[in-house]
Amino acid sequence: MSKLEDAKEKWPAAIHELTIGALAADGGTRTSTVTVGGAAALPFMHFEGPTPNRPVIAMEIWDCEPPEWSEVVTDAIGDAIKSPTEWAKKCVEEFGADLICLRLMGTHPDFGDKSPEEAAQVVKDILEAVSVPLVIWGCENDAKDNEVLPRCSEAAKGECCLMGTVTEDNYKTLVASCLADGHSLIGLSPIDINIAKQVNILVSEMGFPLDRVVMYQTSAALGYGIEYPYSIQERGRTAALGGDKMMAQPVICMVGSEAWRTKEAKATAEEQPGWGDETTRGVFWEFGTAVPLLMAGTDILVMRHPAAVVAVREYIDRLMKTEGV
Amino acid sequence: MFVIGERINGMFKDIGDGIAAKDVKPVHAMAEKQLAGGADALDINVGTRVPKEERGEVMKWLVEATCEVTDKPLSIDNPSIDIVRAGIEAADGKVKTIINSTTGQQDKLDAFMKLAADTGSSIIGLAIDENGVASTADAKLEIGMRTIAAAMEVGLSPDEVYLDPIVLPVNCDQAAPMIVLETVAQFKMLSDPAPHIVVGLSNLSQGALERSLINKIFLTMAMAAGLDASIHDPLDEELMNSMITAEVLLNNTIYSNSYIQAYRQSK
Repeated sequence: MSKLEDAKEKWPAAIHELTIGALAADGGTRTSTVTVGGAAALPFMHFEGPTPNRPVIAMEIWDCEPPEWSEVVTDAIGDAIKSPTEWAKKCVEEFGADLICLRLMGTHPDFGDKSPEEAAQVVKDILEAVSVPLVIWGCENDAKDNEVLPRCSEAAKGECCLMGTVTEDNYKTLVASCLADGHSLIGLSPIDINIAKQVNILVSEMGFPLDRVVMYQTSAALGYGIEYPYSIQERGRTAALGGDKMMAQPVICMVGSEAWRTKEAKATAEEQPGWGDETTRGVFWEFGTAVPLLMAGTDILVMRHPAAVVAVREYIDRLMKTEGV
Repeated sequence: MFVIGERINGMFKDIGDGIAAKDVKPVHAMAEKQLAGGADALDINVGTRVPKEERGEVMKWLVEATCEVTDKPLSIDNPSIDIVRAGIEAADGKVKTIINSTTGQQDKLDAFMKLAADTGSSIIGLAIDENGVASTADAKLEIGMRTIAAAMEVGLSPDEVYLDPIVLPVNCDQAAPMIVLETVAQFKMLSDPAPHIVVGLSNLSQGALERSLINKIFLTMAMAAGLDASIHDPLDEELMNSMITAEVLLNNTIYSNSYIQAYRQSK
């Protein structure tokens, strides 16, 4: 029998490596930082090239009590959900979050309309309450984000946060703030690889370093078109490994918010008696959404339910094992 | 596409004058302009104005001058192995060197491949042998095969080899470009990993009126056939833009509205 040909791929380039958070020695107040990216092969293909940094889990917290979250999630978090600082602490101390993703939903005009000053104060309070790095995410109302995010950026100056989002149509304000205050950026593009690349070009044109950008190509839940972000991320990753520097940015995905929008996660046992126990079903759905996104090359997973976080972390442990491959 | 800028050549007035006056400024300026235009490597050619006995020294001077402003690969362009060796030695391991070039006679292949292997250089192999320029696809392929075999003989990986099917001026032989396209497609299948395929593009339009137009149309056609390197003038912006666009149309790079800018910014 003839010898099988070696089918290993050789890649000439790697994903940019990015560190979020700054230690005291680097002008921040974090006691730990998170480094993502750096992979020189497709996800978990350890035999083809090194993946120096494991994917990380950011736990999602809001600056206000989320009104419509599933009770399965809110019960797991408990009373801490009423206070962003308590919630953040619990995510770090009890649930082991690598970093905190603060979503400023309370600043949305239709959703509390909190002022930029209030938002900046929340950022300060959370930086004081926890010592892991911070992702700061606006309310996705462009006009309001352009008022709020610069104040939050200033409040977190020197902490090397990851701030988002910038889009093709709205990027200049946040790019300028992040440049001035030393943060990294999340570039958002709606399931469109061409726009993802365009956002990166636009921010780099303003002098923003491409190795301080993370791509968010929007996510989808398992069963709700997750194939689209999967194939877009995969295409972007192969382009990056092939040498396209405009696509060589690490990727972030909103796993929890997508998974917990589905009826499969939210429906009670009373509503859907055939679907099994509601307290575990949604956790499985969040886990099942995270797995394909990990396979597609997601570097930062933003998650909600602590049990799903534990399951995904263990899964990443297994995927990162390199012995015997 | 791997673009080897052709403009550091003693045949051009600015470089020729620089050589005569031992003035590095025009060499530096041309190196920088070509890199800004999107060159991945720079060809170094002393030209024919320099007396034969001085060409080794001039090659050394040109390589040293160019190395002062770039760490990109240099293509050491001369048919004489001694002059090529002088150029490689002048690069002194500071930059990758590409031997430009060997022809397909066995004794030349053996000597040049050994030089490539000894110095860690890549090498361009022309589809020319003792019978002159191979005019059919079969004849070009035969020389290509011989070139790859000679490379492997000295332990040089085929992906360090650039096969050049030789483009002739279109106003001399109008059937030749099509034969080159056929050859390009077949060269790719000669080995695994495949060799690179390069053309000296400007030769195609030698003596023609619409030089830039002819060059850019052929470049995109050859890219579709599998060409992955070209020696040409990166200061020809339309040519470069056509090449960058062909990369998108061939799905080698991801489209974005600013794809031309993205290509240039990535350099």
